[in-house]
Amino acid sequence: MIDPASIPQLNKHFRLQWEEAQDCYVLLYPEGMVKLNESAGLILSYVDGVKTVANIIAELTERFPQVDSIASDIEEFMATASAQRWVAFS
Amino acid sequence: MASLPAVSPPLWLLAELTYRCPLQCPYCSNPVELASAGTELSTDDWFRVLQQARQMGAAQLGFSGGEPLVRQDLELLVAEARRLGFYSNLITSGVGLTSDRVGSLREAGLDHIQISFQSTDSDISELLSGSRKAFAHKLAMAEAVKSAGYPMVLNFVLHRHNIDQIEQIIDLSHALGADYLELANAQYHGWALLNRDELMPSREQLKRAEKTTNAWREAHPDDMRLFFVVPDYYEERPKPCMNGWAKMFLAIAPDGLALPCHSARSLPLEFPNVRDQDIAAIWNESPAFNAYRGFDWMQEPCRSCPEKEQDFGGCRCQAFALTGDASQPDPVCTKSDQRSQVDAALTAANCHNATSASMQYRTWSASQSIIASTQ
Repeated sequence: MIDPASIPQLNKHFRLQWEEAQDCYVLLYPEGMVKLNESAGLILSYVDGVKTVANIIAELTERFPQVDSIASDIEEFMATASAQRWVAFS
Repeated sequence: MASLPAVSPPLWLLAELTYRCPLQCPYCSNPVELASAGTELSTDDWFRVLQQARQMGAAQLGFSGGEPLVRQDLELLVAEARRLGFYSNLITSGVGLTSDRVGSLREAGLDHIQISFQSTDSDISELLSGSRKAFAHKLAMAEAVKSAGYPMVLNFVLHRHNIDQIEQIIDLSHALGADYLELANAQYHGWALLNRDELMPSREQLKRAEKTTNAWREAHPDDMRLFFVVPDYYEERPKPCMNGWAKMFLAIAPDGLALPCHSARSLPLEFPNVRDQDIAAIWNESPAFNAYRGFDWMQEPCRSCPEKEQDFGGCRCQAFALTGDASQPDPVCTKSDQRSQVDAALTAANCHNATSASMQYRTWSASQSIIASTQ
């Protein structure tokens, strides 16, 4: 379970980048690239090493009020991102 | 005429900056005909290649060779790659690297340095690479790479002469602080194919190395990541080589030849050159890049095989090297009627005591003799 007060930070060995040709965000790392789906890319683009998980949930809820499952989507993604070592929490 | 499949853009660009190399590893993935290559591309040629490939969507960039560090303009190329938004990887033996250069490349925007090792002891390193000092220098450079803040990937090419050192290889890499360790068995193309009988590990050796690797992974779930690559001869299905011909991978050879894979120079196709055409025309329109796209080129049993969309018929270079016809199924596949060639090589690997005595080292003069003997 991810603590909402924890601060996610992108692993310094990964680079998040918008790729026009693929029309999506990608994560770049040594000799590899993960193509992110729309919501994963969007959530990661809010990860800046300053905002807490709760801050990110609040900002995205405000931006997309019509989407009900935002909080659980973000928590689920954070768990995946942590397991993949894309982000670490402090 | 069948319509061509939709062409997806190249996402991976391999820039083979030079075939020059201070080492002479007998499993080198460079083509054995390397001495026939034309003059190396200039800095401006490479700038143009980087710009055009990036514009098409390439995001991952490998600077390789030969030994890419012998190019004095490497820092300039790295800086241009960073400006364009590439994630750039330097694939090096570490020979020619200095602490200053580790720093200047970092400043120029290099994302990652992969150092390849021959072995965990200097005697085997010297035997394989032809250099006595290389091993100690590699260790020092691995430490410099780590302390400069790069992610560290170490690569050991495995074969029968070093695969039994697997514990020491893992321990050394862990002690050096590697984030990723590639335990990649030689793939039998180019020089490695020439030396196949001297390099191919036995089934017992391979099993033991895999078991050791798996045990280490289980004991260290959140630690250094290990990638283990078996020689495809020991598989029953071919690898999805390059994820399909000219589908996402583009290699540019030192003389500007554009290739869908770094081994493809050995195929009897006329490959375009970046000195004559731009990358988009080469990628989308050239006959060589369209030769094995999609599935229409396939022969049986690939053509009607339900697995063709997973492995794309395997490796064209391996099909050509072992059967003389690049449109044959990759002979690694047990459905191929040429599989017996692979089995014969495995039988040889499992019943004789290979020595390094007859190894053919990757040298310029060896390449020239090979070229002369085939003309």
